[in-house]
Amino acid sequence: MANDKIRFDAVSKRFGQLTVLDQLDLSIGAGEVVSIIGPSGSGKTTVLRCLMTLEHVDDGVIYIDGTPLNKECRDSGLVEASQAHLRRMRTKLGMVFQNFNLFPHLTVLQNCSEPPVYALGLTASEARNRAMELLKMVGMDSKRDHYPAQLSGGQQQRAAIARTLVMQPEILVFDEPTSALDPETTEEVTEVIRALASKHSYTMVMVTHQIDFACDISDRICFFDKGKIVEQGPPNDVVNAPKEARTRQFLRKVAKAR
Amino acid sequence: MDWRWDFTFDTVLPRILPGLWVTVEVTFLSFFLALFIGLFLMLAKRSRIGPLAFLATEFIEFMRGMPLVVVVFFLFFVLPMAGLYLPPVWTGVLAMGVYNSAPAAEILRGGLQAVPKGQWEAAHVLNYSTYQAYRRIILPQAIGPVVPGLGNLLILAFKETPLLSFVAIPEMLDTAKRIASETYRFTEPLTVVGVLFLILSLVSAILIKLVEHHMVRESHHGK
Repeated sequence: MANDKIRFDAVSKRFGQLTVLDQLDLSIGAGEVVSIIGPSGSGKTTVLRCLMTLEHVDDGVIYIDGTPLNKECRDSGLVEASQAHLRRMRTKLGMVFQNFNLFPHLTVLQNCSEPPVYALGLTASEARNRAMELLKMVGMDSKRDHYPAQLSGGQQQRAAIARTLVMQPEILVFDEPTSALDPETTEEVTEVIRALASKHSYTMVMVTHQIDFACDISDRICFFDKGKIVEQGPPNDVVNAPKEARTRQFLRKVAKAR
Repeated sequence: MDWRWDFTFDTVLPRILPGLWVTVEVTFLSFFLALFIGLFLMLAKRSRIGPLAFLATEFIEFMRGMPLVVVVFFLFFVLPMAGLYLPPVWTGVLAMGVYNSAPAAEILRGGLQAVPKGQWEAAHVLNYSTYQAYRRIILPQAIGPVVPGLGNLLILAFKETPLLSFVAIPEMLDTAKRIASETYRFTEPLTVVGVLFLILSLVSAILIKLVEHHMVRESHHGK
């Protein structure tokens, strides 16, 4: 479809002998919120990493707004994307990591205000204003002069979300954003993500183990196993009335663990 | 054994102190040269350009397996044959700089590898270029862990300078040998050299400790 924001077209990724993504087809519409669930090793994080150009795609093409991401159009057809092309395409993408990956030698404010200066060419004061606005939004403006090591996990993740938003991406990618958090601080991060999903026009892709949270905010849930989508659909259908035996088995295990 | 204080203070010290200055000068200049070359060696070794990485790796291995004296002799006698005439002190700086660039590269590489992979990935998705990522994100975090190793290298460099007396660079040992051969008194000149080296090592060890403390404070930020 032409109005897909993101489209994976027969994307394969192998690590040596191991096929992590197997001819994956996946389309995500503009403004759609999609959560990916599945057992560990099913390739769900690899989907995000391929989308973020953190992994090289072995086969297939990923499209963003109809433009190839990992390939480039030349007279001779599609060729391997150049660094310049990847850099251009990445301006539409933002990622929130499981381990936050804040820069430990920079304050919260510097973490958020330096990237737009280097990557977008904003002036220092523009970047600072934009960063302050977003830190306020995630409730971290009072901690702006703290270093990451002085913050709780939940605070670090909220700062990391602000840092991602400051680049004004159109697509937000969350890789298990609450997996490294304790139960008490998980809530403050899920609240921020919930607000992003409901009030903004971001296209969001999230990998998570929090099934309830995924159901709450997502338009669609994809269940992954062995590098393929086993089942996908509205949260209610996939989680409450799964059609596939593999999905039922996984959800039973997750339910038992809770 | 008789020790003559008047000889020590009137003849030995005044002549050796300029040698002390040469020692300090050669040590620091060669140390910074080693850091500079080492940085590029390390970047080359890590680069994805195969031949470049290969050359850097082999150069580091070659230098590590080579006695400094050979490098000093080589540069001192071979460079002039190639038409390049440098003042002896410069040759010493060049020899020790090139020689120590290999361990410097390895120490710097250790510091870089201590930076978690996630920092690269964050810089990547925030659209930093490789240069910007090194400059703003990775190197600042790699500095802390390399300070003890580089400090060690600096003290080693001090202790290597007497080798330059082999090619008549007027550092401390060379001056002491000259005094000894003129006066047939070995005790005072060599003792003075030993004491001055001890003082140099102690002072630089204290300096390194101060830098280390500063770095630890900087990198932990009240943790």
